[in-house]
Amino acid sequence: MRFKLEKRAEPSRFMLYATPIGSVLVTMIVGAIIFSVIGYDGIGAVYQTFIAPIATAYKWQDIAIKASPLILIGVGLAVGNRAAIWNIGAEGQYVVGALAGTGIGLLTQNATGLWILPSMLVAGLIGGAVWGAIPALLRTRFNVNETLSSLMMTYVAIHLMNYLVTGAWKDPSGFSFPETPLVTADQTLPSWDLFQIVHQAFGWPISGHFRVHLGILLTLVIVVVMAVLMARSVFGFQVRVVGSAPNAARHGGFSQKQTIWLVFLLSGGLAGLAGIFEVTGPFGQMSLGFPQNYGFTAIIVAFLGRLNPIGVVIAGIVLAITYVGGDMAQSVLLLPNASKGIFQAMMLFFLLASDILIRYRVRLVSATPAPAAQPARSPA
Amino acid sequence: MNVDFLIAVIITVVGASTPILFAALGELVTEKAGVLNLGVEGMMLVGAIAAFATVDITGNPWLAVVVAAAAGSAVSMIFAVLTLSLSANQVATGLALTIFGTGLSTLVGKGFTGRIIKTFDTVFPQALAANPVGRVLFSYSPLVYFSFIMVALVAWFLNRTRAGLILRAVGENDLSAHSIGYSVIGVRYAAIAFGGAMAGIGGATFPLVLTPLWAEGLTGGRGWIAIALVVFAGWRPVWLLGGAYFFGLLSTFELYAKASGASWTSILPSEGWAALPYIATIVVLAVISASKRGGGGAPACLGRSFVPSA
Amino acid sequence: MINLNRRRFVQAAATTAIAAALPLIHTRAAQAADPLKIGYIYVGPVNDGGWNTAHEAARQEMMKALGDKVTSSYVENVAEGPDSERVIRDFANQGCGLIFATSVGYMDALMKVAKDFPDIKFEMCTGFKHAPNVANYNIRFHEGRSVIGTIAGMLTKTNVGGYLATFPVPEVVSGINSFQLAAQKVNPKFRTKVIWINTWFDPAKEADAARALIDQGCDVMTQHTDSPAAVQLCETKGIPTFGQGADQSKFAPTMCKTSTEDQWGPFYTTAAKDVLAGSWKAEDEYWGMKEGAIKMAPITNVPDDVKAAGDKVIQGWMDGSYNVYAGPIKDQSGAVKVAEGKVMSDDEILGLNWLVDGVDGKMS
Repeated sequence: MRFKLEKRAEPSRFMLYATPIGSVLVTMIVGAIIFSVIGYDGIGAVYQTFIAPIATAYKWQDIAIKASPLILIGVGLAVGNRAAIWNIGAEGQYVVGALAGTGIGLLTQNATGLWILPSMLVAGLIGGAVWGAIPALLRTRFNVNETLSSLMMTYVAIHLMNYLVTGAWKDPSGFSFPETPLVTADQTLPSWDLFQIVHQAFGWPISGHFRVHLGILLTLVIVVVMAVLMARSVFGFQVRVVGSAPNAARHGGFSQKQTIWLVFLLSGGLAGLAGIFEVTGPFGQMSLGFPQNYGFTAIIVAFLGRLNPIGVVIAGIVLAITYVGGDMAQSVLLLPNASKGIFQAMMLFFLLASDILIRYRVRLVSATPAPAAQPARSPA
Repeated sequence: MNVDFLIAVIITVVGASTPILFAALGELVTEKAGVLNLGVEGMMLVGAIAAFATVDITGNPWLAVVVAAAAGSAVSMIFAVLTLSLSANQVATGLALTIFGTGLSTLVGKGFTGRIIKTFDTVFPQALAANPVGRVLFSYSPLVYFSFIMVALVAWFLNRTRAGLILRAVGENDLSAHSIGYSVIGVRYAAIAFGGAMAGIGGATFPLVLTPLWAEGLTGGRGWIAIALVVFAGWRPVWLLGGAYFFGLLSTFELYAKASGASWTSILPSEGWAALPYIATIVVLAVISASKRGGGGAPACLGRSFVPSA
Repeated sequence: MINLNRRRFVQAAATTAIAAALPLIHTRAAQAADPLKIGYIYVGPVNDGGWNTAHEAARQEMMKALGDKVTSSYVENVAEGPDSERVIRDFANQGCGLIFATSVGYMDALMKVAKDFPDIKFEMCTGFKHAPNVANYNIRFHEGRSVIGTIAGMLTKTNVGGYLATFPVPEVVSGINSFQLAAQKVNPKFRTKVIWINTWFDPAKEADAARALIDQGCDVMTQHTDSPAAVQLCETKGIPTFGQGADQSKFAPTMCKTSTEDQWGPFYTTAAKDVLAGSWKAEDEYWGMKEGAIKMAPITNVPDDVKAAGDKVIQGWMDGSYNVYAGPIKDQSGAVKVAEGKVMSDDEILGLNWLVDGVDGKMS
């Protein structure tokens, strides 16, 4: 008896949706084993990382806050990946968007008005798009591999941020700590406490807080827009064709160069928007610790979400849970915080490994039967 | 600027450049075979903690180097199985490997924080390092000299041996190599394993030569610089040596620019020096990619999964 | 798909109901004279051998002093920024009555949480913002730095001392100034070279920076970082150095001449006692050698006259006869910031944002 990989007639839709879920489950099992082997409480680690955040209501706020940038960036990356364009510089675009918005914020520190926050958000969008335009330009003009160039630009962006935050943009009243001034009231994203709202509207006895900020809501709106765009618009069609059949795309009149530009501007802009949301929301300022690797984790989110906007939302929430759970595991089990990376990476490993199940079927066959009885192999 | 200062700078730069030299050598071989492994940072960290733990437990730095290489290789096999046997996307898998290696090293390293280990003694006796020239040539740790040997070995292997030729062929045109009868997958497995071993030794250089302490993220992003270095050096081993010291010099200037006093290094802010390796790499990329059609000096199959049509 | 949705909804509703009930359950338990829950957040690993090790040792000391009247827990390696807000909020939600944040970078996050939980007492280490339920506690580190400066000034041959600094916050600036002022009191030619590495804990960077300082001619070194990397490097290079936060001589048996040992125990024990007794006040505490908040490790491996000079400075702080911040003190531009006969006030020290004459470096 042995296993045989048999190519499917067409990709399995069941596997397409089952494999992300399966990856998460297998990660929980294997993760528990690995942690136990190293000497920690394996089951406890899995519980704290994956279950405890959902089971603790006051953590939902933290999950939402973490999921929002992951989803927003992930949605943009998913579009690019569908077009077989690899923007791995999202972290840099995120930082530059945040810088651009912060720049406007510094200029408007003493001003008031409803126009301030939107202009910061728009600046963030544009900043991220501009940073994304650089790999696009390098690819279309100089044929430079966009994976490498966008990655390099990320580190340039981080050093640029360090320069500004420790120098010209330092808060004069911050006693020389390298951080920008806190955003003013007019520069802060409005937020709403969902629990209190429900409590007041329906009278349910909920206490505690579940505060969501405008960025979270806007992210969900953008996800819906992107879903419609990808499913119904010419752009969505263009992206998918360019990604899966470049020759056909050329015949159909879709310029690959144009697609590259659009994809980088879009994903860069969304990453930049995520950046300025973080500044005007959870962070309230920029500091040396601002880069949180959302741009890289969002790649995992995009894959885990099967490059589909709705899938990205679910994947973003799952990954956000591991972020929050990592904290809880640290509090309760003294597990190092960075070990949540083991879970996050494993989910992607198992997902990538299980990809093959979408295109191939695993079958048990008995030891070599007579040659005549072998099934004809379907053409590759 | 006096001679003593110059010598001190050279010695510091050589030491600081060695980790990225090792890691870049490994990545160069991997990429020459057509595989883009972005998990270098993760593999370096795994090597670093493996080396640290080994010395802490056994007191033997030589064993630590071997263990670090083995650890880096082992972890790289996750990447290899996924990308070669399961045709997974190389970029995503490499990034996951980085995140995994970082987390794993932190987890294992938790028990080793706050401990100090014994490092390598210098190879040559102190007497040889009495005069300035002697100091520049003879005052390094064994790993530094080993890195020179590895550069020569890799250059010789790639350019002068049949196996090296096959590896390069696999990277330039995998379908043709396959049709001639070479095992593309087999060669790539070996290349990835080598890359992992080198990255592991590069990581081991941190605790064994530079800082005999452990902290999470000890390598501080050097893995990414190593990836940039391979591109910057145009995928040529000997240029890698020069490039590594060039990058090391830039990071030393970054530190000097942070220090006080009027030093010419303050023409750029320290962050400018830090960003320069990446900017230089982009410029080099643009130049070589534009001058030849289809990517310049990069191996033609870089990053593409190999799917045999037969 | 429909099943999944319904299940999710029921699960969410159930969890919400449970979460709603929790505070009620909690209040009942708290009324039964529970031990005081205390939370600590540390900016680095507890076994860094320096800053965080000292805090953790003090926490243990407090636990021993107060027995089962208190329980405490800590979270280490908490990054400054919104992550720290999450952790502090966690402690607050878990029912802590007293929370200590042990690094200045937590200040803004702590103030945010303090606003939402007015019944919980917050203590901010080396902080400077105020609220009805927030107090700041600080050690007169400059007292220890002046001992170090005295020894450095006498041991140096090149008359250049290296200072591995982190962020140009007042605590660090004060350390540099005190070091330079004390050294130049015994050696008027002494100068200090500063390098800012913008991190509290990064052994590889710290070792690199220490190397850079030594390359540039410093033959004595001290640092403000949390790991013993610089100290260890000095041992290999034969450069006299000094430990910070805790006794770091085990990392440099011959080269580490003394260490400043931060004694946070008195702060923690007193604060906890006050909260238990209901007499806690939102007042700032700024203690030094006299109050037992900072000790020097024994001065070793130096000539007798150097040891005597160091001990004399320590004695001087105890009996009030020595003050490194006594005028005249000039800044780098030559302007007199503290006049002859005057002494820098506590507020001035806590707000220091200029470097004294004799220091090579800018404030960044």
